Formats: sequence, structure tokens, C-alpha cells
Amino acid sequence: MSALDGSYQKGEVVLAARNVAKAYGNIHALKGVNFDIHRGQVTTLFGENGAGKSTLMKILSGVVQPTSGEIVLDGEPIVFASSSQARDRGISIIHQELSLAPNMNVRDNIFMGREIMTATGVDFAEEERQTRLLMAELEENIDPLTPVEDLRLGQQQIVEIARALSVNSRILIMDEPTSALSATEVEVLFKVIRDLTGRGVSIVYISHHLEEALQITHHAVVLRDGAMTAYAERKDIDLEWIVRHMVGDNFDLGSPPTGYEKGDVALSIEGITVPDPAGAGYSVVDGLSLSVRAGEIVCIYGLMGAGRTELLEAVAGRLKASAGKVVLKGRDVTGQSIASCIRDGLVLVPEDRQRDGLVQTMTVGRNLSLASIGAFTRRLFTSTSREAGLVGEAIRKVHIKTDGGGAPIGSLSGGNQQKVVIGKMLATDPEVILLDEPSRGIDIGAKAEVFKLLAERARQGLAVVYTTSEVGECLSIAHRILVMRRGRISAEFGPDVTKEQIMAASGEAVHAH
Amino acid sequence: MSVTPAIDTKAAVRGGKRKKGFVELLFEGRAFFALIAIIVVFSAMSPNYLTVSNFLIMASHVAIFGLLAIGMLLVILNGGIDLSVGSTLGLAGVVAGFLMQGVTIPQIGVILYPSVWVVVVLTCLLGAVVGAVNGVLIAYLRVPAFVATLGVLYVARGIALLMTNGLTYNNLGGRPELGNTGFDWLGFNRLAGVPIGVLVLLVFAVACHILLARTAFGRWLYSSGGNERAAELSGVPVKRVKIAVYVLSGICAAVAGLVLSSQLTSAGPTAGTTYELTAIAAVVIGGAALTGGRGTVIGTMLGAFVIGFLSDGLVIIGVSAYWQTVFTGAVIVTAVLLNSLKYGRR
Repeated sequence: MSALDGSYQKGEVVLAARNVAKAYGNIHALKGVNFDIHRGQVTTLFGENGAGKSTLMKILSGVVQPTSGEIVLDGEPIVFASSSQARDRGISIIHQELSLAPNMNVRDNIFMGREIMTATGVDFAEEERQTRLLMAELEENIDPLTPVEDLRLGQQQIVEIARALSVNSRILIMDEPTSALSATEVEVLFKVIRDLTGRGVSIVYISHHLEEALQITHHAVVLRDGAMTAYAERKDIDLEWIVRHMVGDNFDLGSPPTGYEKGDVALSIEGITVPDPAGAGYSVVDGLSLSVRAGEIVCIYGLMGAGRTELLEAVAGRLKASAGKVVLKGRDVTGQSIASCIRDGLVLVPEDRQRDGLVQTMTVGRNLSLASIGAFTRRLFTSTSREAGLVGEAIRKVHIKTDGGGAPIGSLSGGNQQKVVIGKMLATDPEVILLDEPSRGIDIGAKAEVFKLLAERARQGLAVVYTTSEVGECLSIAHRILVMRRGRISAEFGPDVTKEQIMAASGEAVHAH
Repeated sequence: MSVTPAIDTKAAVRGGKRKKGFVELLFEGRAFFALIAIIVVFSAMSPNYLTVSNFLIMASHVAIFGLLAIGMLLVILNGGIDLSVGSTLGLAGVVAGFLMQGVTIPQIGVILYPSVWVVVVLTCLLGAVVGAVNGVLIAYLRVPAFVATLGVLYVARGIALLMTNGLTYNNLGGRPELGNTGFDWLGFNRLAGVPIGVLVLLVFAVACHILLARTAFGRWLYSSGGNERAAELSGVPVKRVKIAVYVLSGICAAVAGLVLSSQLTSAGPTAGTTYELTAIAAVVIGGAALTGGRGTVIGTMLGAFVIGFLSDGLVIIGVSAYWQTVFTGAVIVTAVLLNSLKYGRR
């Protein structure tokens, strides 16, 4: 299972990004990236979450337009107004979340939106014949009339690939195609990829499983914070090279606060188990125990699907745990509602601030005061002046850059929006704060500010638990680093651990087959 | 493709912002300006329009829709819809009429004639129960609001028809010797020249405004309508809020039913048919977003007055009732169009 062994002629560049930049408001997702895709070869894009991989792929496939820079297809500059234009030119993208209609069968999914028509309607027989041909080509034994929801995830991925091939794609972008596949399904996928490249199809591959990606790729490109940090051919690089360029020299995200006595145990989690919310029958959190003292900062590192979010949500009362206890300051709070957890001083800052954190229809101030309405309500009525005081204090303490509490929440940058979500929970004066990926989608400066803020509050006795999927963020303010893998804690480290050790414990560097 | 176009767009956006002032103002106050325009146009077309007495008559028509619209606003702020208010209004009127006729209790062989205040309280209680049924169906049994309230629309109407056998209670005046007179007070009396119905609307509007602007419940409502998941994670009791808005909407509908049957001094089982749509229209014209989280009492009241003053104005200048329907529809579509211009961007 060595990398493709150079039996290919050096592939010419079919599609290239030239100095492409993309800004969403104040956030620069991409900063002048050059990226080449070679004919009949696999180019893998490496990078941490938020490095800009997805943005780059969306630009290449016409889903979004670059703010500046150009796309060159076969040596000529081109502008894709939409993803369907890109598809017409032979560029297809297979998203991490599959875009199949589960209620429809394989044939109808493959020909969705471009049905083969005859005078009397859709020519199902011809569609079915072509679907069988595609499946034979991919050496998959999938009946064209099977509903997609009855297929395993790996087979669904094959259907996606078949759909891309059916429009004669010559460039196929795959965003984390293996994240939900079993080991055998990964083997099948890799065989398909090798077949495709053999036929001259170019593949862009994105994966967090570094070693796995190294098996299949010809070229490696590393992105970090929206800029390309390294490029090399497969034969010149190894795992260590990728990790080094992915993580980079650390931007200083702070160090664990010291010089004070940590208090008693503030939060103690005992053998908590959370069944899969989708009902798949396994446990996403599997008998996990953990205790955090007042003033202590604990970082939980883990890949997507390791169970970090479910753990925090079960502790904070959002999800129901099937077993285990949550003890807050010596009091059992297992199964309490979110509202009573907040009252007792246990708060959660959710991962997805747009979906779970902010009320977009309300102002900055009202978002900030939302979790502590009781604090400025006397009898029946809210007190405008007390609320203004609370909001003003929150804006000052969390350093939110805003035109004031009355500004619409949408006017803030991502980092400041995140500070609003954190500030809202801090305003309730908690004992324990859980933060799920607090640095997701915010720039490095804002990250540093968020961590500094948490360190300050820990010094005042707050117990802090945060999760991250970026190794660099483990090695910042945390006193203890726990690595979570498949619902359990697979390793525990002090602040002097190395990035490589953390990644190895998470199963990232070495894919578990 | 190059850097230049990007810079051009930015400049255009900035230019657009600068000259927006006046248009923005017109846009923000669109329901208000629409109302002014309606008054001006009809006053020019008919000398009878711009008189105090006409305004008071029109206002007492608006009171019915306005009361329904207040309840509807609460529901829509929560991101729901209440199609049952018209039927609840009808049922409330019928129940009030039924109670006014006297309740026979065969077991002890007496006929009870509850006093008007008891009738009012019981009717409001009925509205609350209907609303609670809606709320529980939607919040706990997860029936979509549209379907749940549509079902209740039919059930409530059916009960009203069953109770009356399709007939109308005409004798709502009560008799002095039974001590149950005064039902027509709501519909006919005036305080300082203002019809009681209009005053009831005013009281409800002010109370609802305070509820929304100055209480924790108001904040809960706006936040759970804007983003229920975020509200729940912030400790807002989103399910209780949901039930409460449907209960309040049911109470508003019951009060509207009392005012209407008092104005008509009769209670028919088909009263209030399609009124729920008028109430939704008033809320939407008032600038509320059907997706929840945005809307005010003042806007909704303006919306109710726009609809009421428009249709009464068309009657006064002698336009056919059929055309009124067309005009009302056009106003509603225009209002939604303007709303989607405002909120649709995101």
C-alpha cells in the first residue's frame, strides 16, 4: 500500500488558483493562495479547521466567488458564476455532508436535475442502464433501484462519485471523504481513486487522517490561517513535515495561569455515557470520568466524532446521559434542565455560535443579557438601567468591539460575536464554564484574546473546560490536556506535552485500521 | 477576476448607504405612512370620512381584528401561527350566548343565570383552554403549528355549530329580574365618547406592549422566536413560552368574540370565519416577520387600522365589496413584499 509510485508522467496543471483571496466581512478566510491541480494525479490539501481549505474548494468549484485573484482552467482565466457552471466544465465537488436525497433511489439520485427525457417522459430504462454501467465501472454491486437511505455510508459516497462521473467530471474535489467510512470502505474508495486517476481524472483530496492521505496523494499542499505555507511532492515529504507545516510556529496563545492556589473540585463527571442521538446503538460518550477544580483550565482535544460536543452537552443538561453522574460543587446535578444548570453555575458555550449561540434578530446588548434576565428583573418588570449596566460591564470585561449594546449582532466580526456568546454566559457569574471549540471560525488575534480572558477568569476561581480540534490551542492556557477518542479519554498530559504526542493519542497521525 | 471590480462594489455600497436616509425613514414607517395615505385619499374623496363619529365607528370595527391581531402577534413572534382564532372567536360568542340564556342543571332542577361578569370570565377561560390545547399540541406533541391550529379551527367551529344547531342566539340583553343585564355594555357603551370595544383594544395593546418591552417573558418570547436553540441554551423555558403565547392568543380571541357578539347583540356559530387571515395580515402589514423574533405591538396596531380604515373607506366611497377584497389582498402582498425586502437579505 505504498504511494502511487511515480509511474505517471508528471501531470500538467489543469486547474489553478492564482493569488486567490476571500474575505467574509472582516474575516480573511483566504489570503492570496496559489494552488495547482495536476491531470491524473491526487493533490491533497492539509490544514487545521479554519485554515481555509473548504473556502478554497468552494471557490474552485464555483460555489463562492473569490474577493480577488483568478481561477485558471486549461491555461485560460475563467469565472464560475455558479457551481453548475463549474460542473459543466468538468469540476465536481463531493461535500463532507453528502448531497443525496435519501428517499430516492440510486438511479434517480444520479440523474437528479438532468433526467433523460423522451417524448413521453423520463426514460427510466436508459437511466437505469447507464447507472448499471457506472456501477460496473466502479466495481460496486449496488442496484440502481435501491433507495439511498438503505445504503451504507460508504456506498452512498460511491453513488456521489458515480454522479460526478456521469457528468464527465475531470476534476473531482473530495472533502473529507473517509471521515465516516469503515476501513474496508476506505480501501474501496482508494481503489476507485486510483482507477480514476489512471483514466486522467484529477482529484483534490482533503482529510484529517494524515497518514491515510499520504497513501493516496501525489502532491501535498498545506494551508494555515488562510495562506499556503508549504507545497511538496509526495516523494519529498513525510508525516512530520505535514504536521510541522500545519501547526506552524506557535502564535502565542498564552500559557497556563500560575501563582495561585486551585480550589476544591468544582465539577466532577463520573462514568457518563451518552447514546448516539441518531439512535445508531453505540455510545458517543462511553463511561467517561473527569474532574475539574476551581481555577483549573482543562483542554479536551479530539477529532470530529470523538464525542466532545456530546460530552459537554450532556454535562450542561442539553443531552440526556444514559448512565453516570454530574456533580457540581458536591451537589448532584445529573439530568437537570439547562436553566437550572445555569442557575447553579454550570454553563455551556456551544460550538456553533450562529445556530446555538446567538439570536440574530436581537441586539448585541440583548444577546449579552439573555442568560441573566433574572438579574435585572424586579418583580414583574425588567429594569432598563440595570440591564444597561450589566451589558456595559459585559462589553468592557470581554472586550467586545461594538458601537454599543444597541448595535445589531450581525454588525460584529466573528471573533466579537464569539465574545458575545462567551460574555453572555460569563454574565451569569458561573462556577464552571464549558466551551465547545471556542476558537472555531475566529481569527488568531481574537483567539488569543478569548484565551487570555479565560485565563483571567480562572485566576479568579472559575473552572474552565474547553474543547478544540487544533493542537496549537491545547498548548496554550490549559493546565491539563485530555485527548478524547471514540467517547473515551485516551490520554492525559500536562502542559509540557508535544504536539506529536497529542496527535498520536487522538488517532490522527496513525489511522486505526 | 482582478482586484478592481471588488473595490468598485465596495464603493457602490458605501454610496448607497449615504443617500439612504429618506428612503430608509419611509421604509421603517411604512405602515404609518400607508395609514396616513389611506386617510388623506379617502378624506379627499368623501366628506363623511374625516369626521370624529366615522373614525369612532371605524375604530370599533378595527377593535375586533385588532384584538385578534395582538394575540396573533405573540404567536408569530414565537415563530408560530394560530389559524384557530377566528373559530375561537365564534365559539366564545356562542358560549357567552349560551350562558346568557341560562344554564339548566337537571339534577337539582334549577336554571342558573350567571351574571355578565361570570360570563366574561368563563368565556375568557374557554379561550385560554383552546389556546392551551394548541400550545400543548405544538410544544410537547410536536405537531406543526399550522396543522395543529388548523385542526382546532375545525373542531372549535364544529362545537359552536353543534351547540347552536346552526342557529344564532339573539337574546343577549338579559333580564333585570334575573340580574344578568349589561352584556351590550361592551359593544354599545362609550366612555368619554369612545366605544368600550376600542378602549378594550387600547388596554390590551398597552398591556401587550409592556409585556413585550418590559418583562422577562417578552425577552424570552423575542429570543425563542429569533433562535429557539440559542434561547434554550441560555436557560429560556422555550416550551412554556410557546404554550403561553397560544393561551394568550386564545384569550384575545375570546375577548374579541365577546366584543363582537355584544356589538351585534347576537351570537352566531359562524361569526369570525376567516378573521384569522385578517389578523395575520394585520401583523404582517405591521412589519413582523413570519419567521419569528421581529415585530411590535405598535406596528401590528397600525396594520389593523390600515386594513380596517381601507375597507371601511371603500364602503364609504361606494366601491363594491368585491373590489374591497381585491384591494385588501393587494395591500397584504405589498406589505409582505416590503418585509422580504427588509429581512430577506440574510
